[in-house]
Amino acid sequence: MELNVSTLGFSEVNEQMRQTADQEITLNGCIGQRFLAAGTSGKYVKINGIAGNALGAYLNGTVIETSGNAQDAVGDTMNAGEIIVHGNIGDAAGYAMRGGKIFVQGNAGYRAGIHMKAYKEKVPVMVIGGRTGSFLAEYQAGGIIIVLGLTESGKPIVSNFPCTGMHGGKLYLRSDCEGIHFPHQVHKRKATAEDLAEIRSFVEEFCEHFGGSADEILNAEFTVVMPDSGNPYKQMYVAN
Amino acid sequence: MNFYPEFEVVRNDSRCIRCRVCERQCANEVHWFDADGKVMLSDESKCVNCQRCVTLCPTRALKIVKSDCRLRENANYSDQTIKEIYRQAETGGVLLSSMGNPNPLPVYWDKILINASQVTNPPIDPLREPMETRVFLGKKPDHITRNPDGSLDTTLSPQLSLSMPVMFSAMSYGSISYNAHASLARAATELGICYNTGEGGLHEDFYKYGKNTIVQVASGRFGVHKDYLEAGAAIEIKMGQGAKPGIGGHLPGTKAVGDVAKTRMIPEGSDAISPAPHHDIYSIEDLRQLVYSLKEATEYRLPVIVKVAAVHNIAAIASGIARSGADIIAIDGFRGGTGAAPTRIRDNVGIPIELALAAVDQRLRDEGIRNNVSIICGGSVRSAADVVKAIALGADACYIATAACLAMGCHLCRSCHTGKCNWGIATQRPDLVKRLNPDIGSQRLVNLMTAWRHEIKELMGGMGINSIESLRGNRLMLRGVGLTEKELQILGISHAGE
Ligand code: SF4
Ligand code: SF4
Repeated sequence: MELNVSTLGFSEVNEQMRQTADQEITLNGCIGQRFLAAGTSGKYVKINGIAGNALGAYLNGTVIETSGNAQDAVGDTMNAGEIIVHGNIGDAAGYAMRGGKIFVQGNAGYRAGIHMKAYKEKVPVMVIGGRTGSFLAEYQAGGIIIVLGLTESGKPIVSNFPCTGMHGGKLYLRSDCEGIHFPHQVHKRKATAEDLAEIRSFVEEFCEHFGGSADEILNAEFTVVMPDSGNPYKQMYVAN
Repeated sequence: MNFYPEFEVVRNDSRCIRCRVCERQCANEVHWFDADGKVMLSDESKCVNCQRCVTLCPTRALKIVKSDCRLRENANYSDQTIKEIYRQAETGGVLLSSMGNPNPLPVYWDKILINASQVTNPPIDPLREPMETRVFLGKKPDHITRNPDGSLDTTLSPQLSLSMPVMFSAMSYGSISYNAHASLARAATELGICYNTGEGGLHEDFYKYGKNTIVQVASGRFGVHKDYLEAGAAIEIKMGQGAKPGIGGHLPGTKAVGDVAKTRMIPEGSDAISPAPHHDIYSIEDLRQLVYSLKEATEYRLPVIVKVAAVHNIAAIASGIARSGADIIAIDGFRGGTGAAPTRIRDNVGIPIELALAAVDQRLRDEGIRNNVSIICGGSVRSAADVVKAIALGADACYIATAACLAMGCHLCRSCHTGKCNWGIATQRPDLVKRLNPDIGSQRLVNLMTAWRHEIKELMGGMGINSIESLRGNRLMLRGVGLTEKELQILGISHAGE
């Protein structure tokens, strides 16, 4: 199905997508409609234009690809599927995502990967080609976040306060992270060959979507950040 | 520092038959048998006064009494205040409590009296005449619309239909046991009302009770996925909770084990942290986004509830929520219970539900948006009389949790945070969980609600009202006693005698 959505509201767009039996859907002229493909499974949705907030919220298996930027809360609480953004994304991407993958060609805003989780065989992955704003990986409880810093910006790969409250999962930053301050409950180290082997396939997928060479990207210094424990808030309480 | 224990175990040795039931029943290990002296002994310092041993002792040989060994009396520094300071001086810890605020703050329900008809507008006998207690929660149309052919347009926003205006409020699997959830789910189904999963996800065994389930979405999004959202009769966004407004939830890794972790969809032993805010909500517009993302994901089939704690600005907050696209607002007062909350927050943050409810109902009416939403009132609704007063103050329905726990056997010992509930409710220890038999638990909940329903009908009948809908917001049916002008003004009721 191919649909010009430039004059449609989000509920109409989603309703039409629910109605069609077609698996492949192209939305043209997207101008920031929210909640696109929320909760869906089993479709491939190509979005030409800019996707609005909460793109693919609660996504359950659908693959979404946007030609332009996406706004806040991409893949909120997503469970399975894939979101590929040929552009930048806004804040709080991948909030509480438990499965599936998000690939972003450009930069991410604040709080990317917040409260990302993992559950049994479900290990969510988010690959950001550029840099991210403050509070990256806040409360991260599982999954893998990879930030490649491929965009020329002159700014550090991540802004302030990354990994606040992180208590699970793994963060990869393609940088030596000099001068970036991490909280005390996480452990930062230089990535080893094994660490990089773990993410090679994701970087390759990134390159399939956006071009570039995985070998070249991986042939750089990466920093790995992991929490010291899964129980960061064992703040001592006293029974009263 | 050792203090003399708060409670004393008084054992009548001439009645005790050394059956050792108390020893087996006490998860706090207060009682033991001394083989040499052939006597039962006890360590009172571990006692939380849950009354399990007292209840089960076959010869009534036991009682637990409050110790009269006190520090020197001081109206400013109470025993409790002093001991809290000692505890913190010793450990450096944040004081942790559970259940609702126990302090002697005003209970407005007890200062409100209900009307009855005399002579004119005669009372109705509920045993003889039909009385309607069914309510529908959700947006109500403001005006009638007609189809092109002139017939009535009967499309309505999704509604939650309840046989009576009471539901079981959110308690997560993890904070309470499997058997407690089973009891609530089965009772709600039998009664035609709803229970609420809380923020711990929905155990796979309980999907079958979906029509009578409210599924909760909190900031941690535990166990939230498409099937979960679609499993229930309504979705509740938890913004806050009366027992601990402004702070999040935290299930320690030690409790996130087995089925609890599985239901939350997190690895075993990992802390389940629900941060204080939803990190994507900083405004009513952001809330609207979460409301609509849930509606889109569930194709607009389910009403969305937004639950907030009763705090100072509650009327303005509710007005915002009523404009966010939510179908129902749940307001939770400061006496609401919890499985664990910092003592200072439980006892000092939030406002009484009676005032919050009246203020919200009035504000929404004043702004002409009362029909946008239904209102659920929670946070220590203790009886059918409280329900009737709440409805007359403007609620569409009430949430009960502490009362439901009491029905299942809770003795309000306020020790839920220890995870050693001797009554099988606030615990995950299999030997304790099995003490709560879901057949009995659900039956007792059904009994309680059936009794309340009769009482609600009787109170309504007395007022000459035969449908709960005619009671809602009918504040003329209420009078205050011993309240100040200001309190009466906020409650929107007259003083008795006026
Ligand atoms: S349960 Fe009662 S009779 Fe049995 S050992 Fe304990 S105090 Fe004695
Ligand atoms: S649920 Fe259990 S631990 Fe909590 S107050 Fe009731 S009896 Fe005590």
